[in-house]
Amino acid sequence: MTRRTLAVVSAGLSQPSSTRLLADQLAAAARDELVRRGSEVELRVVDLREYAHDVVNNMLTGFPPAALREVVDAVTGADGLIAVTPIFSASYNGLFKSFFDVLDAGSLVDRPVLIGATGGTARHSLALEHAVRPMFAYLRAVVVPTAVFAAPEDWSDGTADGALRGRIRRAAGELADQVERRPPASGPADPFALTTDFLQMLGRSDDTPVS
Amino acid sequence: MQFGVFTVGDVTVDPTTGREPTEHERIKAMVAIALKAEEVGLDVFATGEHHNPPFVPSSPTTMLGYVAARTERLLLSTATTLITTNDPVKIAEDYAMLQHLSGGRVDLMMGRGNTGPVYPWFGKDIRAGIPLAIENYDLLHRLWREDVVDWKGKYRTPLQSFTSTPRPLDGVPPFVWHGSIRSPEIAEQAAYYGDGFFANHIFWPKEHTQRMIALYRQRYAHYGHGSADQAIVGLGGQVFMRRNSQDAVREFRPYFDNAPVYGHGPSLEEFTRETPLTVGSPQQVIDRTLGFREYVGDYQRQLFLMDHAGLPLKTVLEQLDLLGEEVVPVLRKEFAALRPAHVPEAPTHASLVAAAGGGTDSTVHAVDDVTGKAPEGATR
Repeated sequence: MTRRTLAVVSAGLSQPSSTRLLADQLAAAARDELVRRGSEVELRVVDLREYAHDVVNNMLTGFPPAALREVVDAVTGADGLIAVTPIFSASYNGLFKSFFDVLDAGSLVDRPVLIGATGGTARHSLALEHAVRPMFAYLRAVVVPTAVFAAPEDWSDGTADGALRGRIRRAAGELADQVERRPPASGPADPFALTTDFLQMLGRSDDTPVS
Repeated sequence: MQFGVFTVGDVTVDPTTGREPTEHERIKAMVAIALKAEEVGLDVFATGEHHNPPFVPSSPTTMLGYVAARTERLLLSTATTLITTNDPVKIAEDYAMLQHLSGGRVDLMMGRGNTGPVYPWFGKDIRAGIPLAIENYDLLHRLWREDVVDWKGKYRTPLQSFTSTPRPLDGVPPFVWHGSIRSPEIAEQAAYYGDGFFANHIFWPKEHTQRMIALYRQRYAHYGHGSADQAIVGLGGQVFMRRNSQDAVREFRPYFDNAPVYGHGPSLEEFTRETPLTVGSPQQVIDRTLGFREYVGDYQRQLFLMDHAGLPLKTVLEQLDLLGEEVVPVLRKEFAALRPAHVPEAPTHASLVAAAGGGTDSTVHAVDDVTGKAPEGATR
């Protein structure tokens, strides 16, 4: 049985948080789908709110405090990522963006990602497509086609088997497809690993620098 | 083991008084700190190099030459010399001159500089930081070891029949350290040449330093310079002391809270837990510093940052008194007792001359234009 880890990041600020609720439903659906296909799944759920000060300190000092380091390693070392944010002022909230800003460049390359968002009105829903998806595209993550937005009516219409649930199932299936296509993750990349040797560097010094 | 101070040379407002020193005051303060370092028995004074406000030390060899003239024993160094944006030819010349004037009391620490806009002022691009450091240092290394150099590279104009003058004192180039916080390529570079590796150490968790030093040691052995524990390691440290540790915390807190680099971020307590910063009594500084050895192994040089964040000169000089009188004598004794016999001290001019089998005058005399003959006694 293949072991898989899914990191679940929620940037909800209120408690209880509808963002966290959506994250949990996406996580459960993705886990169930992977289990159904024969994997053993470990979920790691992160409420960014608990690390808000650490994230800011990381931005200011350039390194994550120990507690945040552990979260960063869990997220960058997972097989798949479920990332959910409330929509503020037509985009992800600042905490969500700040967390992804402090990750090492390249740490989410080729990582399957399911994105979700919540908002006070369904009119915010395309923020997933014009803000959240491009950010992960920049990070060269692989974002599944279905992004899940939950508006107030999705929670209040008694639609437990309704449209939201259907979108969650579809997105979870797409994430499972992408995760299964890849070998199990080997954990976070080591930023101190030497990937070259000196003679190669000397010979390479007339290459165009990679930005 | 060598102990000393390294300074960034920042002009920073004293947050307790709101007063900002002038450049002139800061430059004079840096010199006063260097002289004090010798007076209290420290071994090394190292200055930063910067080309943008709020920093004053744009011309390190001018300052170090002045300090050399006013000191007897102090080893003069840099933290760091910008190997990316400086012309390696000028570094070779300037520091060889300083080496002659100071009687061999000079070594250098190479660094890349992390301020993007500075690079284009010198015709360079920060995205080529590592390739610049590799190519420029390789040229510098040759200029100090080969009397006549033909060279072609990517980042400066080619050299034909070039002799860098003056030749190194006694035919022995200054020892070089390479400083880097988290670029494994620089640890590899230091290891390749058998040069020293210096981990700034002070603004980051110890795990960064531990990983970089371990890599450097492993590659030092790989390139055949000695065993891993014989590699030449230097560390930074940052301390603020008063006899009573609560007094130290109370006095330093406003400087910490407003400091460049980490100010307005983590609390003093968080930062002292996460990084090597130590604020407390001399005994606490001794204990913490001895602990560095436990994660990097026996090492050769310990430099302390003492004069940043707007601390007034008077306070810094008091700190140096405590460092020289109460901390370093104990550290010298303790580190020496722990160090196995096969682990070397940091190279000095004297030890390098001895290793070379004695000094030789390496003057390159010009060929006479008219007769085509070298002067009597010339070496070529």
